[in-house]
Amino acid sequence: MVGLATVFGAGGGTSSYSEVEQTDLIVMWGSNARAAHPIFFHHVLKGVRNGAKLYVVDPRRSETAQWADLWLGLDVGTDIALSNTIAREIIHAGLANRGFIERATSNYEAYAASVEEWTLERGSAVTGVPAGAIRELAHAFATAPTAQLCWTLGITEHHNGVDNVLSLINLALLCGHVGRPNAGLNPLRGQNNVQGGGDMGALPNRLPGFQDVEDDAARAKFDAAWGSVIPSRNGRNLTQMFEAMSEGSLTGLFVVGENPAQSEADVSHAVHLLESLDHLVVQDIFLTKTAELADVVLPGSASWCEAEGTVTNSERRVQRVRKAIDPPGGARDDIAIIVELARAMGHDWPNRSSEDVWNELRSLSPMHRGMTYARLEELGGIQWPCYSEDALEPTFLHGRLWAERPEDRGRLAPFSVVVDEPPVESCTPEFPLRLTTGRRLDSYNTGVQSGGFSSPLRFGETVDVSPEDAASLGVADGEVVRIASPRGAVTAPVRVDPALRPGLVFMTMHFPDEVNTNLLTIDAVDPKSGTAEFKAAAVRIERLEAAVAGD
Amino acid sequence: MTDTVTGLSVRRAVALTIDGEQVSVAEGSTILDACRSMGKEVPTLCYGDTITPKNACRVCMVEVTGSRVLVPSCSRKVEAGMEVVTRSERVDHSRRMVLELLGSSVDLSLTRNVARWNAEYGAQPDRHGPAAQPGSGRDDAVTGHHEPADGTVASNVHQPVKVDNELYVRDYSKCILCYQCVDACGEQWQNTFAIAVAGRGFDARISTEFDVSLPDSACVYCGNCIQVCPTGALMFSSEHAMRADGTWREEDQSQVTTVCPYCGVGCSLTLHVQDNEIVKVTSPSDHSVTHGNLCIKGRFGFQHVQNRGEPRD
Repeated sequence: MVGLATVFGAGGGTSSYSEVEQTDLIVMWGSNARAAHPIFFHHVLKGVRNGAKLYVVDPRRSETAQWADLWLGLDVGTDIALSNTIAREIIHAGLANRGFIERATSNYEAYAASVEEWTLERGSAVTGVPAGAIRELAHAFATAPTAQLCWTLGITEHHNGVDNVLSLINLALLCGHVGRPNAGLNPLRGQNNVQGGGDMGALPNRLPGFQDVEDDAARAKFDAAWGSVIPSRNGRNLTQMFEAMSEGSLTGLFVVGENPAQSEADVSHAVHLLESLDHLVVQDIFLTKTAELADVVLPGSASWCEAEGTVTNSERRVQRVRKAIDPPGGARDDIAIIVELARAMGHDWPNRSSEDVWNELRSLSPMHRGMTYARLEELGGIQWPCYSEDALEPTFLHGRLWAERPEDRGRLAPFSVVVDEPPVESCTPEFPLRLTTGRRLDSYNTGVQSGGFSSPLRFGETVDVSPEDAASLGVADGEVVRIASPRGAVTAPVRVDPALRPGLVFMTMHFPDEVNTNLLTIDAVDPKSGTAEFKAAAVRIERLEAAVAGD
Repeated sequence: MTDTVTGLSVRRAVALTIDGEQVSVAEGSTILDACRSMGKEVPTLCYGDTITPKNACRVCMVEVTGSRVLVPSCSRKVEAGMEVVTRSERVDHSRRMVLELLGSSVDLSLTRNVARWNAEYGAQPDRHGPAAQPGSGRDDAVTGHHEPADGTVASNVHQPVKVDNELYVRDYSKCILCYQCVDACGEQWQNTFAIAVAGRGFDARISTEFDVSLPDSACVYCGNCIQVCPTGALMFSSEHAMRADGTWREEDQSQVTTVCPYCGVGCSLTLHVQDNEIVKVTSPSDHSVTHGNLCIKGRFGFQHVQNRGEPRD
């Protein structure tokens, strides 16, 4: 979101799912949507069946890549090198959309100069992708009448995730694949309301409606509505909070619906910091590992089926969640908990329904103003922006960039000069393998929710290894091995997976109680987004007999 | 036709006559769509609103002036000036035959409206004799090898329920071979291709590859086949168990549509709730995000909310 907000001023994907069905070319970059976003992939498959070409950029030949016309299996963390190489090829082939660049963008000359060193030969050498494949994607993307560029955590869960996103936005700007029907940029959000959480201001630099905390006019509006004075500076993101805990300047924490004691990279360090807090309050529907560390646990209700409200999806569609069942005894509605907390702090907040809260949001957030509960009901959700109760906006964003009159185009979209940086942790003779992490179809994050049902597809945690590495390590499918990184070690069975290239191993984070993968991951963080580099750690794999013999 | 400014499609209107009444519907609509827009019921069995019509069951046939044969209203597109007759002796006779042949060979006890249609069209499925004993060999049937029936019992597709995983069961005694599950699993939605039609003629049946169990098949448990199944042949294990226990009370169930708690795609879930328990999950077939489809997490991943017991103080 930081990347999209930086370039376009709006922190959301620019297209709609239906446009993916109508586009001419789809690039899935760092996204295994077939497993992680299966119903989005239905729209992709509709597009493919309507004739769209599908290109998949992923270190693994994933379930998604198996559907591709062309799979570009790049080395982990070389996304910017690949993107810059594609850009140079497009420019040198004369395929850049000069009209759009001149009309709607800025900083092109500096960008073009910055990618000049990325010849196909160099790009191929750095990324591991054959030069011909890079050239084919470059030409196909640039010449497609419309194209959709989609990405997920394979782009963002890096120490330079925002730069990765900016590098993809550059490609769309270069070819004019944004601001038109069926052409755009789609970040697929990993959690059901991660888009809505940000839109509602659950970010340290945003007010509800994605309005800037450091914008005096925006803040004044909220000050007046709330009869309060909002701090004028950005707060801390999750990573900065952990840093502050480490320094001792943050000593109390209120965690709502998150399980950092299992989900953080370098998790043993995170647990240590949580344990050292003066006061930890956890509000959750489960007694998670984080809740077990808490001084106070507030049993909440499941927002998606025990409460009323809204969530926002990856196509900016605000949809209603509704109460279908009563929460277990003792668990309370999240709004009621917040109101009670305010009262305990001496503020006499009234009891509010979710619709009351929503209408307050509408009064303060222009992009949500037209979304009454009645309209959300009638239309099956509404995409933002929706400024008026009488109208809907186009399904895509930033059409202004194509306006004839300069004054209608608004702020030009800047190209970003982004520099290729390898992952923080290099592979070494001691830790020669690259570990990347991701999801499987039937499981989700730390397994707190997905562990509740019995899946015939589930086989527990494994360390997925290429056939070549399995042979050179002398390990067999199903053999339990020790996986070590500079931070810790776990044991897990080997799963030989021909989707992996030599040197790359894959694990999930779904079974932390059995195999705590995040003991291995590195907490190197993107300073701009606060996202950790879950996708790139260095590890070695040891046979257990060898490890025992070595000890 | 697509409006280049809004990206919205624009459709022209087409005027036709149904049972002597003028009606105007959007270009591309079917005769069935037109009938429904007038509030006129046409029986359907194999038709589903998210799947391209397969014209399998032939119960929705109507007369169209100028057409030598009856036409399936679920798939035939309207044309300007078309004259349609939805009830006539010829139409009713055709529907009666379909209801009797399917009703005598397949368990339609969970198929909506069938009892009412049997009465309305005078169909008597029982007149073909008592049902033959359930067979277990349908999956092994070899094409072309049939013993002639002796006429004392009605041949049928009755067979044991297939229970081979914890999420859903397959009761092919209830299967009318509408093909919707195959198309939902295959190229129209899920593109997993775990099932297909095996066999020919009366031996035709829905099968995994080589009739392996679901856990050994390509099935990914999205349940999009359950969603489209019109006869209850494919069913949540929870519903199947409750029906067996006599505790399934559909009339006491509420349906509430909310949004899936997992990834960020934002799929609409309709939770079927009985006694404060989620007993089944579907998705609205007319929603632009899902078109009625879900993945294993959305379809079956609800149990965490009801397994968490009493919170601690």
